[in-house]
Amino acid sequence: MRIEIRGARVLDPASKRDKEGSIFIAEGKIAALDNAPDGFLVDETIDARGLSAIPGLVDLSARLREPGFEYKATLESEMRAAAAGGITTLACPPDTDPPLDEPGLVEMLTRRASGLGARVHPLGALTVGLKGEKLAEMALLADAGCKGFSQGNAALPGTAMLWNAFKYAATFGFTVWLRPQDAQLSANGVAHDGEVATRLGLAPIPVIAETIALRTIVEIMSATGARVHLARLSSAAAVRLVQEAKSRGAALTCDVGVHHLHLCDRDIGDFNANCNLTPPLRDPSDRDSLRRALAEGVIDAVCSDHTPVDDDAKQVPFAEAETGATALELLLPLTLQWGKEAGLKPVEALAGVTHRAAKILGVPAGTLAVGASADICLYDPASPWIVQPAALASQGKNTPFQGLELTGRVMRTIVGGRTVHVA
Amino acid sequence: MNNNLQIAPDGSLRHLLSTEGLPAEMIRRILDTADQFVSVSERDVKKVPLLRGKSVFNVFFEGSTRTRTTFEIAAKRLSADVINLNVAVSSTSKGETLLDTVYNLQAMDADMFVVRHSQSGAPHLIARHVKPGVAVINAGDGRHAHPTQGLLDMYTIRHYKKDFSGLTVAIVGDILHSRVARSQIHALKTLGVPDLRVIGPRTLIPAEVERLGVRVFHDMAQGIKGCDVVVMLRLQNERMNGALLPSACEFFKCYGLTADKLALAKRDAIVMHPGPMNRGVEIDSPVADGPQSVIMPQVTFGIAVRMAVMSMLGSP
Repeated sequence: MRIEIRGARVLDPASKRDKEGSIFIAEGKIAALDNAPDGFLVDETIDARGLSAIPGLVDLSARLREPGFEYKATLESEMRAAAAGGITTLACPPDTDPPLDEPGLVEMLTRRASGLGARVHPLGALTVGLKGEKLAEMALLADAGCKGFSQGNAALPGTAMLWNAFKYAATFGFTVWLRPQDAQLSANGVAHDGEVATRLGLAPIPVIAETIALRTIVEIMSATGARVHLARLSSAAAVRLVQEAKSRGAALTCDVGVHHLHLCDRDIGDFNANCNLTPPLRDPSDRDSLRRALAEGVIDAVCSDHTPVDDDAKQVPFAEAETGATALELLLPLTLQWGKEAGLKPVEALAGVTHRAAKILGVPAGTLAVGASADICLYDPASPWIVQPAALASQGKNTPFQGLELTGRVMRTIVGGRTVHVA
Repeated sequence: MNNNLQIAPDGSLRHLLSTEGLPAEMIRRILDTADQFVSVSERDVKKVPLLRGKSVFNVFFEGSTRTRTTFEIAAKRLSADVINLNVAVSSTSKGETLLDTVYNLQAMDADMFVVRHSQSGAPHLIARHVKPGVAVINAGDGRHAHPTQGLLDMYTIRHYKKDFSGLTVAIVGDILHSRVARSQIHALKTLGVPDLRVIGPRTLIPAEVERLGVRVFHDMAQGIKGCDVVVMLRLQNERMNGALLPSACEFFKCYGLTADKLALAKRDAIVMHPGPMNRGVEIDSPVADGPQSVIMPQVTFGIAVRMAVMSMLGSP
């Protein structure tokens, strides 16, 4: 099947290309840009005038809820949502039920997901059952396809276990993905330790819960030589620590959830459980710092941190609500909006959801380079749309962005040359 | 913050969830209405027919005797039918969700829910889901709010001090966990108290509390100096386990209200406490029972204030 995508503004953050042209696809790969290769006979022409063509997005954290939480979402529903969001590669955290701590589970998940759209890369559990007590079979999990090892949203192991896990991961060159949050300092906490938590009487999670864990991780990292990806930074202080560590040459990358670029603790309002997220939304100054850090590249990537939660788990008092929000279909427009507000061109703004994210995950994705897989997202950069939860493909309808007007509607998603979504 | 949920479009009271966001005019109206009910409670026949035929459900997800009783008395003096339910938290964790419990009770034609819950925001959740015409009164949610307590405290202060605009008020003790303190702070700010202080050790003062308009003191003598009103908070027993405070004895030495410390306040200062008191922990008996204590009148006024709130919610 030979395809020409014609007339789109072709944006490739990896090469900073930003001009109108054609994309030629053959055998699932990008065969050429602008000019057809010699003797290229087009089977299908996709008229993309007025649209932007970008590499399919690479999402570093999307919970597909299988195995174990099929009542919250199924692989089918969430893969449809990924396709509708222009996402062609995604990493899913191991905090399923059971957690992804056995090669068989990873193989089953990968097999079930194949052919449903995006390329799914499960992260393996760092410790058995995510309990922080015993090392998971990292090498076997890697053989089964795991690209990194993580605790998901489960508690960070204690320092002794962390030290061993880093040494073991470093043995094989595996990357450890961790969300820096001290378990003791965040126990029972549900909101940033500031005015809003004080006003609403919510148990706090102080910023030092993040910075102490981050310092610990960086310290153990430098002692062991492990490679670390820090997931979901939440505070200005954490950004400063990452900046320091990077300037000393630490093999460190980090990401931020897209919600944290746009929201802060004030958005909790009167106990809006859709704003109960992990990590907690923090002060406006923290949000602003995260936005700047992503623009400056201190933060490498932005992810959806997609977490479909059923209504029953949100229609409870704030502190009892399950954390997380649906976001696969909002990642692109929210990233574009952040870029616009930060004064970035779309081709700059999208680096954190394309090639930079792919590099962290260690997969050849997130680029429109000739020879790359034809994983492409076509979106309409102009016409606005309003976030209506009921209209989302995801089974999770819980989002703090309900009713918000956004631009950047995905019109078509292509994975390996095959169209998996058309609006 | 709570404007839309608790104030109806015509400006009347729709629910009572928090003192935050209640306009000064509304607070005054509640206190004025309570004035009329104080006299009802002094009559031989302590009953008015304002809520006759209405069903008030006291739904307590967290244990309470005193608050529930005062709501029950208030509802009965308004001639309402009162149903008391102690829904142990364990029974909800066995399966029924908070909203299912509420829907079931609503199906029994409740007109008003008086709700106490250990989680901050539970009454808001309920208020968002009840039928039109069903009112929710927050009888204490987590650390968040206890608005009828806050309002009865305003009533008490107004009764003794007449005017809020020149007052210095100190709230002493466990501010961190206190829904009473939060409700008092919002109401006192709204009513124009110029000098509002909180006093306690750093372990019991919540983050950025200054942004609520209070001054923070860690030294009791400094904080209490020149006060017109001293509000002592109850120190929950579970706070004395050593994590936040070393001992009740040390707390009493540093922050307990004794006659000596009270002497630093204005001569005509009043002493308040939401009850139940821990004598010898946050307050010394001679002070609790002394001439400046208005702790018992607080309880009496509490009935009238709760009658006022219920009558405003139940007879539109």
